[in-house]
Amino acid sequence: MLEIFGIPSTALFGQLLIGLINGSFYALLSLGLAVIFGMLNIINFSHGAQYMMGAFAAYLLLQYTGLGYWPALIVAPILVGITGVIVERLFLQRLYKLDHLYGLLLTFGLALIFEGLARNKFGSAGLPYTLPDSLRGGQNLGFMFLPNYRAWVIVASLGICLGTWFVIEWTRLGAYLRAATENPTLVRAFGINVPRMITLTYGFGVALAAFAGVMAAPIYNVSPQMGSELIIVVFAVVVIGGMGSILGAIVTGFGLGVIEGLTKVFFPEASNTVIFVIMAIVLLVRPAGLFGRRA
Amino acid sequence: MLDVTAPLLAVNDLQAWYGESHILHGVAFDVREGEVVTLLGRNGAGKTTTLKSIMGIVGNRTGSVRYEGHELIARTSDQIARAGIAFCPEERGVFASLSVEENLLLPPAVKPGGLSLERIFELFPNLKERLGSSQGTKLSGGEQQMLAIGRILRTGARLLLLDEPTEGLAPVIIQQIGKTIRALKEQGFTILLVEQNFRFASTVADRYYVMEHGRIIDQFANSELDANVEKLHDYLGV
Ligand SMILES: Nc1ncnc2c1ncn2[C@@H]1O[C@H](COP(=O)(O)OP(=O)(O)OP(=O)(O)O)[C@@H](O)[C@H]1O
Ligand SMILES: [Mg+2]
Repeated sequence: MLEIFGIPSTALFGQLLIGLINGSFYALLSLGLAVIFGMLNIINFSHGAQYMMGAFAAYLLLQYTGLGYWPALIVAPILVGITGVIVERLFLQRLYKLDHLYGLLLTFGLALIFEGLARNKFGSAGLPYTLPDSLRGGQNLGFMFLPNYRAWVIVASLGICLGTWFVIEWTRLGAYLRAATENPTLVRAFGINVPRMITLTYGFGVALAAFAGVMAAPIYNVSPQMGSELIIVVFAVVVIGGMGSILGAIVTGFGLGVIEGLTKVFFPEASNTVIFVIMAIVLLVRPAGLFGRRA
Repeated sequence: MLDVTAPLLAVNDLQAWYGESHILHGVAFDVREGEVVTLLGRNGAGKTTTLKSIMGIVGNRTGSVRYEGHELIARTSDQIARAGIAFCPEERGVFASLSVEENLLLPPAVKPGGLSLERIFELFPNLKERLGSSQGTKLSGGEQQMLAIGRILRTGARLLLLDEPTEGLAPVIIQQIGKTIRALKEQGFTILLVEQNFRFASTVADRYYVMEHGRIIDQFANSELDANVEKLHDYLGV
């Protein structure tokens, strides 16, 4: 069997693939956090819960309306995004003038409520979500077996991330968003409805989390705590990448997924902590994060 | 009934606060269609606050701001912009995260009849050369000022609020801005200008209002400038 650095290549590529899968979720979730933080100045602690809501929405859509995976991939983010819009209109918009801490506390409280409600209704054991037929099976690449669904997750996540990045950096809407991040008062004085833009940005960030949740449903169990487990790592990713940097969130998300995967191969004992070790080092050396601008 | 003699902008009993501090105490003046009107006054007199109050971007304001006969005091700043008023702030407000071109194209058209890009480049040839620059704030101070004025000419707004457009700029650039303001007036723009430099203002203004401690304390026409120079020195402390 082929070996690289004394490691069987199938194990290496296998972990690399798992790293990319995890990285796909890190990137999608930290991207949403970065977009929300950039516009709202709020650290959205309910992001993990909203990811979980996306997975549950897909599950419930299948159970009660028969809508399968593909439609759920669109409908669930829209539904969860709407709950985000409601949260922003009801609560968050009152907090912008206050310290970051208030937004963080509020969204943290909301996360507890969302998770508590889910646990109450569905219990904490995971619910299965079956893979769509069209994505069963896989490809034998010679050096490894690549399940189709995992390939899809990586491609879809990359596509959504790059699409979002493109819109923000290269379109007129993106110019509005960047300008409003810098000076919302002036952008509004040019005639742009900035409050509505902020509401929709939050809805979009939440929808991204829900999209990740739908994609996660067939891989991981759909469970109330699926978000809170993941979101801790995602916050570390965001700290490493730099709060509010779009490209930073994407690159760091995928990069850390891969690093985590490789650590599993070369130094398994550290695989659960490597991201936090990197976070500590980055905080020491570059407190604004690898891609962050100093605030 | 439409009153053709009514001013384009009529400000009455305008009061404004930043938090607890009461800054404007009943400012009243008006600007007629096609005029260039200048607000003069010392540092801290409330000139910027007056422009911001018209634009709806101070914390709290009361009184009356009528534009084309419509009351704006209860409207939000985006609605005020859409009524046809454009604002060029004292600090210029060029966006660092936007390229020069993006900065120029940022303000959306609020009314038909804005200037074309070609026309704006005729007024500010330097801007065209710097269009490719990746960051608006990499421009020189003068170029940033031209960008800040140029971008609001596209929008179709007919009333321009310009806050100290010559502040900190070299004499040649001040001359260019003066020329631009006269050209804009010729094209039918109405301009409310804030200035400390009344020598510059005298090259463009039709009328002056003098502010002190959040009130209008005097006014005169450009033809009366010579007769008022002594007083002005007094008011402005120059
Ligand atoms: N954001 C703010 N918060 C609190 N007070 C403010 C704020 N901005 C201005 N002020 C105060 O309001 C008063 C009027 O300020 P304003 O900027 O309108 O003056 P100005 O006439 O434009 O002066 P300058 O010629 O220096 O630009 C000043 O006393 C100033 O200290
Ligand atoms: Mg001022």
